[in-house]
Amino acid sequence: MFNYILRRLAYALPILLGVNIITFALFFVVITPNDMARLHLGDKHITQEQIQQWKHERGYDKPLFINKDSQGFDMVKETIFYQKSISLFFLDFGTSDADRRDINYDISQRMWPSLAIAVPTFIVGLLVNITMAMLLVFFRGTHIDTLGVVLTVILMSISSLFYIIAGQFLMSKLWHLAPISGYELGFDAWRFLILPVVIGVISGMGAGTRWYRSIFLEEINRDYVRTARAKGVPELKVLFKHVLQNAMIPILTGVVVVIPALFMGNLIMETFFAIPGLGSYTIEAIQSHDFSIVRSMVFLGSVLYIIGLIITDISYTWVDPRVRLS
Amino acid sequence: MELMEVFDIKVVILWTDGLVFLLTFLALFAIISMRSNPYLRRTWREVFRSKIGISAFVVLMAYITTGILDSFHFRAALENTENQTGTHYSGEVTSVLDMIIGQPHQHQEKTYSAPFSAFQFAKENIELPDGTIQRQYPRLKYGGSHLNEDTSDKVSDIIRRTFVSILWALLIWGCLVWLLIFLKARKSQNSMAKIGRQIWSGRTDIPWKVALIATGILILSISWFAQIADGYHIFGTDKVGNDVFYQAVKSIRTGLIVGTVTTLIMLPLAISLGIMAGYFRGWVDDVIQYLYTTLSSIPGVLLIAAAMLVLNVWIDNHPEHFPTAVQRADIRLLSLCIILGMTSWIGLCRLLRGETLKLRELGYVHAAQVFGVSNVQIIKRHFLPNLMHIVLITVVLDFSFLVLAEAVLSYLGIGVDPTTSSWGNMINAARLELAREPVVWWSLIAAFLFMFGLVLAANLFSDAVRRAFDPRGVS
Repeated sequence: MFNYILRRLAYALPILLGVNIITFALFFVVITPNDMARLHLGDKHITQEQIQQWKHERGYDKPLFINKDSQGFDMVKETIFYQKSISLFFLDFGTSDADRRDINYDISQRMWPSLAIAVPTFIVGLLVNITMAMLLVFFRGTHIDTLGVVLTVILMSISSLFYIIAGQFLMSKLWHLAPISGYELGFDAWRFLILPVVIGVISGMGAGTRWYRSIFLEEINRDYVRTARAKGVPELKVLFKHVLQNAMIPILTGVVVVIPALFMGNLIMETFFAIPGLGSYTIEAIQSHDFSIVRSMVFLGSVLYIIGLIITDISYTWVDPRVRLS
Repeated sequence: MELMEVFDIKVVILWTDGLVFLLTFLALFAIISMRSNPYLRRTWREVFRSKIGISAFVVLMAYITTGILDSFHFRAALENTENQTGTHYSGEVTSVLDMIIGQPHQHQEKTYSAPFSAFQFAKENIELPDGTIQRQYPRLKYGGSHLNEDTSDKVSDIIRRTFVSILWALLIWGCLVWLLIFLKARKSQNSMAKIGRQIWSGRTDIPWKVALIATGILILSISWFAQIADGYHIFGTDKVGNDVFYQAVKSIRTGLIVGTVTTLIMLPLAISLGIMAGYFRGWVDDVIQYLYTTLSSIPGVLLIAAAMLVLNVWIDNHPEHFPTAVQRADIRLLSLCIILGMTSWIGLCRLLRGETLKLRELGYVHAAQVFGVSNVQIIKRHFLPNLMHIVLITVVLDFSFLVLAEAVLSYLGIGVDPTTSSWGNMINAARLELAREPVVWWSLIAAFLFMFGLVLAANLFSDAVRRAFDPRGVS
């Protein structure tokens, strides 16, 4: 197991290097540090010195790949590529472009609100979707099933933006059930979390229920299900015990990989509800052209995705004893 | 010569227009070549045999027609003034759709006005004839301007217009029904009355009755919109007084382009790389797998955001390539499609690679290899036709996802240009309006209805396509 994880991590290195090169190409070759300086300093009345100073303060005045002014290892080390891109491998994200804040510190602060929304949404969503799908499968072939399938298609066809806007309007403005947006640290946060979690669950319900339903339907005609029924196992037990257990592999494939990514937060939710998480952090960075934050988040996102893939493989061994990692 | 003077225009072909025409051409070509293949004909028949499938298709066709009409762009000639040599063309680019819609697209009010209202939404100081100044709701310049002083004839006017629209709709629909029956009767050598009875009782192979009802409802609503939009703002006006209904209609093209041009861009990449990886295996497979694993490991929204951000800065820094605002907006739309294409080819590529791996072990492929058929020929003859159903299912499934993604990205400010009309931009502009007192709800509802119609139709149609084409037959 340990060897397996180690090997997978070694495979991940070239992928992360690729991600690194893509972001480097986007942010330093297509857009040069000079462009960045001009974006941040504004268009008018800026002198070459100001640009130089801006670049110097942020370490963007070094050469891209090879520093000919230095000696030995410093030739590689004193470059933008090493200091801004390779440092990401050590999860050292540096400082933001705009106000030179420590990005690592910001991430460690802002990941908690993100998790506070993403984790309940994920867990409740999972339970609701699986239960709904089970109910549809239980009533398969009847009008309830048809109605449910039509409903899921309708739910799927509504943009997530509308769920949020309509939810805020109905639950906060008309019915005064929850605060419209904002966040508070500590346990008082729950009042602000209800609305985003409910909306998050509802907006994911259409696609989720449909997906689980198709997985369960593939299992429902297998021999072991018929055997269980013939033994006289009640239908609900057949579904929630036998079918659910056997459908675990496809479920885990789709579900586990997103768990680490929950750290990144939900970009749209967090901006709508003014929650100071990593999602709104990213959006603010995009809107204020803070490339070093965007770069960090892209890299962090792919690291978490790769971790998710590895956990997925490990999780197969938990639900299916036939799977061995070697 | 006479004609030229009437239609004195300068045709403008934007990048996306060209791609729309190319796409239309390819679609027509595909239909013609599919007609000669009995298996494909049968499967497509299966798609249209479902009532939901054919109704969704009718709705989709209405959207697509609107989008195509909106893609013929031109600049109208300005009226000749004296001592001027040659014709000058308007700086404003209009489309054939604008011409058909006619009036509403020039009807700009001052600010918000409610649907069907003849009055502005906010009070203003108005000078009365006797010189005193009073705060009241002023009449609109265009919306309901034909009504009398106290707009007491509004209801009767709307009823009259509705009546006229029903007459028009019946006329057009009747012609369509007659044409269908006539064509079917000629083809099957039956009397028209018999075919008509068959369709009416629903005993036809393809549910023509449902199709005709769907078309009828569609024609009725279009003719109603046309009649009403002439005198009112159906969905009111927005903050700067633009007609919301017109904006929602103009957004159709943007939604369709994002949904289809993206696919056009990603298909060659996904198909060629997917087949190559599965067929040649070895290092080719390794390289391609590395490529898509790397790209897919970056969270989709972030990759799109990063790429759009960089591209926007690049466009802003190189204004010389894009002389007009329309061209700049167009290139942003195109780049959004390219970037979405770069992130969405991965799923299809993976599926195709897996299927190719299975196919290449089959006997007839080995036989072809033994006979010395070249790799290109094997791929063309044996792989492409057997992979097409996967491509088709993915394309129709992706379409609705892409339309929804456009709205979210535009909302986040990394989608289409703010000057392009799109549902995302409409929602973005309207999101604070619900917090107003009294509430301004109409822009949001208009964007919602138009988007919902397209996405729902696409989802239902893709269900029908999947049911017919998926050999596993998962319901």
